[in-house]
Amino acid sequence: MGAEYFITTVVKILIVIFVLLTACAYATYLERKLLGHLQHRIGPSYAGPFGLLQPLADGVKLIFKEDIVPDNVERFTFALAPIVSFVPAILVFAVIPFTSEFDLFGLFPSATKGVISDLPIALLFVFAIASLGVYGIVLAGWSSGSKYSLLGGIRSSAQMISYEVGYGLSIVGVILVAQTFSLTEIVTQQADSILHWHIFRQPLGFLLYIICAIAETNRAPFDLPEAESELVAGYHTEYSSMRFSMFFISEYANMLAVSAIAVTLFFGGWSGPILPPIIWFLAKVFVFMFVYIWLRATFPRFRYDQLMNFGWKVLFPLALLNTMVTAAFVML
Amino acid sequence: MNEVLKAIVQTFLKMPQGMAVTFKHLFLKPVTLDYPRKKKPMAPRFMGRHYLERYDDGSERCVCCGLCAAACPADCIYMEPDENEKGERYAKVFEVNLLRCIYCGFCEEACPEEAIFLGHYYEFSSDNRDSFIWTKEDMLVPHPRKENPFKTLYRRVRRAYGIGDKVR
Repeated sequence: MGAEYFITTVVKILIVIFVLLTACAYATYLERKLLGHLQHRIGPSYAGPFGLLQPLADGVKLIFKEDIVPDNVERFTFALAPIVSFVPAILVFAVIPFTSEFDLFGLFPSATKGVISDLPIALLFVFAIASLGVYGIVLAGWSSGSKYSLLGGIRSSAQMISYEVGYGLSIVGVILVAQTFSLTEIVTQQADSILHWHIFRQPLGFLLYIICAIAETNRAPFDLPEAESELVAGYHTEYSSMRFSMFFISEYANMLAVSAIAVTLFFGGWSGPILPPIIWFLAKVFVFMFVYIWLRATFPRFRYDQLMNFGWKVLFPLALLNTMVTAAFVML
Repeated sequence: MNEVLKAIVQTFLKMPQGMAVTFKHLFLKPVTLDYPRKKKPMAPRFMGRHYLERYDDGSERCVCCGLCAAACPADCIYMEPDENEKGERYAKVFEVNLLRCIYCGFCEEACPEEAIFLGHYYEFSSDNRDSFIWTKEDMLVPHPRKENPFKTLYRRVRRAYGIGDKVR
């Protein structure tokens, strides 16, 4: 692995980071606009044509805001928590296959894979890193030094941990079917035709995955921690300006990460006829984001005890069932 | 067990129905009014800013009788009478405090000369409290002889129908 590999990887990393951060910013725009139209009103339309510069305006506003740090916080943890929340959300994108082999319109010396790092255990990596994101919330809630933040943080992290069990189990079916942990392998297996997509072989797995993913990312209808933030308090109450925006960006990055994983595992990743693979990938992730926002617009929230009930008593047994049935099918 | 299964099936049938309703709204025209760029015309009897009317020959109608100040529930009108060259009584000082005013229209109802009335304009926000004390000059409608007589006629018709009151 010489200098060529190093340079191509660095270029890929830069591209992915740039696109990802822009995508997170415009995910907020997409959400507000789409939520608006789904609710029979318009979203932002003032900053730039059709409100397209709204994320820029929001970013500038947040940068200029005063960074208030209350007196009775644990300084070190308080500063650490947004970072612990943000970094895993971004790190997941290191192993997602965005496209098939490409060479950036001839700029690269030779064709390179469409993924930053083709780990053989990529799927395990993804779930391990995603679990680290929970720490950010726990630390934030605890270090804020306020009762409501602590309660909000504890609730949120309990919810995330509960649904992580179902989350992890729901993809075991895919692993059994694909016989590999490597994400590029999984996509290549689905790339031949639409009938090979794992959604048709693991419908229950997909359903469980998507429900657990929505609960993991604290989105509606499982967003009681977030709603409490709006009403009373939550783990990010005491945060202002850039620290708050890191939590915010990490939430949208998590949403994008979960959508990207779902697309990779169940919907064939970048595969699709005619159009270049990257377009297919982006289109599929966009569809997932659309569904995320659509669900938010449609359903009321779960109450916290209903949420925990559902996670442990319904989704976990179903995930086990799914695993057992898939294993039986694979053996025979 | 039966009820549980039925509940599950019902959920799977009803959830997409709900989502279809929200989806339909995507394609309906939004009901939002693009406010600063487009404004809704107010109802004919909408009570906004104050005006002091004139007679057709240009003289002010207000005789500073004080009935509007007496009728005002918010005590926002202040006036000082005086005598003009013709010997008629008129208001030397006439001030309305638009922040105290509750825009009820009692002054309009109380005035015996039909001198004060409330028009449609409502966008007089400011960042300075003093700018909300309007004097007689701020409220007096322009001298009709200076204006196009047709304009005066239109103004009277507009006032009668209560539409499109112009900014001072």
